[in-house]
Amino acid sequence: MYAYLARRLLALVPTLFFASLIVFISMRLIPGDVIDLMLAQNDITTGQDRARIEAALGLDQPVYVQYFRWIGGVLTGDLGTSLWQNVPVTEQLKATLPITFELGFLSLIVALTVALPIGVYSAIRQDTAGDYIARSFSLLMLAVPGFWLGTLVMVFPSVWWRWAPELEYTPFFTDPLANLAHMIVPAILLGLSMSAVTMRMTRTMMLEVLRQDYIRTARAKGVGEWLLIARHALRNGLIPVVTLIGLQAPLLIGGAVIFEQIFVVPGVGLLLLEAVFQRDYPVISGVFLVVGVGVLLINLLVDVSYGWLDPKVRHE
Amino acid sequence: MTEAVLSPVPQPLVPQGAVGRLFAFVRRLVREKPLGAAGGAIFLVFLFCGIFADFLAPYGMNETNLEVRLEAPSLAHPLGTDHLGRDVLSRILIGAKLSMIVSFLAAGIGTLVSLVIGVLSGYLGGKTDMILQRGVDAWMTFPDLVLLIVIISVVGPGIPQIVIVLGLLYGIAGSRIVRGAVVTVKESMYTHAAQSIGARTLHILARHIVPNVMPVLIVLFTTRIGAVILTEAGLSFLGLGVPPPEPTWGAMLSGTGRTYMYLGPWLALAPGLCLTIVVYAINVYGDALRDLLDPRMRGSR
Repeated sequence: MYAYLARRLLALVPTLFFASLIVFISMRLIPGDVIDLMLAQNDITTGQDRARIEAALGLDQPVYVQYFRWIGGVLTGDLGTSLWQNVPVTEQLKATLPITFELGFLSLIVALTVALPIGVYSAIRQDTAGDYIARSFSLLMLAVPGFWLGTLVMVFPSVWWRWAPELEYTPFFTDPLANLAHMIVPAILLGLSMSAVTMRMTRTMMLEVLRQDYIRTARAKGVGEWLLIARHALRNGLIPVVTLIGLQAPLLIGGAVIFEQIFVVPGVGLLLLEAVFQRDYPVISGVFLVVGVGVLLINLLVDVSYGWLDPKVRHE
Repeated sequence: MTEAVLSPVPQPLVPQGAVGRLFAFVRRLVREKPLGAAGGAIFLVFLFCGIFADFLAPYGMNETNLEVRLEAPSLAHPLGTDHLGRDVLSRILIGAKLSMIVSFLAAGIGTLVSLVIGVLSGYLGGKTDMILQRGVDAWMTFPDLVLLIVIISVVGPGIPQIVIVLGLLYGIAGSRIVRGAVVTVKESMYTHAAQSIGARTLHILARHIVPNVMPVLIVLFTTRIGAVILTEAGLSFLGLGVPPPEPTWGAMLSGTGRTYMYLGPWLALAPGLCLTIVVYAINVYGDALRDLLDPRMRGSR
């Protein structure tokens, strides 16, 4: 197990290096006139401010020096300072990350409660009407844009019943109920849009397991259908579904950006969007890096737990 | 000429010529995958609307008429009007045109990028493969939307930027699939035979590798169209896509339009419905195409 863990960690190093290059290079692509634009947009015109911004973006150094200075800062937990708010980027991330985590966690629960039972049902009753309905639904959910669902939920209940979703954020520890009342609508929508892929995957995995010899053996010796499913099929079929949580992480964060914007949830997505509109590049690159590394770490955790759940993987 | 001497094959039964082959394929699609064929047909309708949008649109896309602000759907305006009295149907049609332009160009660039990286990585192998694949790993770590938002924040919004960035995004992600196909073809008997008689690498690539990964490329191109349409709409919704006054479906659901939806709920329906239908249609068609052309790719989305 430790050897497996060490191998996985080692394999992460080159990917992390390339990821840091992507963040670095994308920030170096900022054209020079953008700084003028930034200054104009924010009503600052003195020459000193231009130098200040160039220094803050590190543009006054040779490229390789810029990279090493930047990566050195990142490794010591310094992601720079917001250009307009004078707050360290790490502080802003500390305030927003837990909120996005909560949204993601709630959505994951919604996605799994919807997808697992329907996926299993779809596999057991393969090629029946129920299976077709479930599969059509998941195909449909893959095509519906999340922001449209969000817009519909905002507009129609308020036109028909004078009811609108809560848009005021309350911290969880101030008032858990008020917090959940705000988060539940975006969480359900995000969860629904993620459930399509999970449903398809659960169905495929269950079908695979149901074709195995040991299932036939169990059936032959007279194990009841429900026991067969719960004991023999589910346990083996659901292991690969765990990897899905890792695969869904990028999707979840992308969805969080959209739903945080619609429902005014002050998470990382909203932080990123606001930074983009203010051209606050230190914040943008900080969020960019943290999101990328976060997804990598989630995938590592999932891989490790996979090795723990399924001994076959460990010894490959 | 040597080929004819080496293999005196009788005339194949497959219909000759591009048109004949196309008809044979359509017949097979309708017979074996009726749902996929229906999806393809629906997509063609949207494509037709997109191509002829300028002739089909009853009004100009930015033609304002304040006397008919926020009017519910009627005979004169089948999908109603918005807060400036612009005809929603006309804007939807022009939106279809923009969606088609962006998605075909971006999916085309994406497929080309996938081909180049996939062939370099899969055919050359070794260190090139390793370095390229770690780069692809790193790229795919970032969530699509976050990557797009960041890059657009640097290069600025606009159709050319969107097309190139979306093409790059899906091209790099899709290169994995092309690479897998290239590795399989590379290990085949005919490639080894060509190598052993001393054919040049470029010749092998052009005559053996690329034609044999063609089905994969076609499927990749088709499935990417749906993905591009959805992602572009998402970007436009966030105000980072095709800049106004161009009426994209995503933009019609965002910004100032949002506030008037409470007075004219029909404004919220048409763009989203169009997006859902067109993406659903192309997805179903892409699935059918994949099953017919390349069963190996099943489940690799």
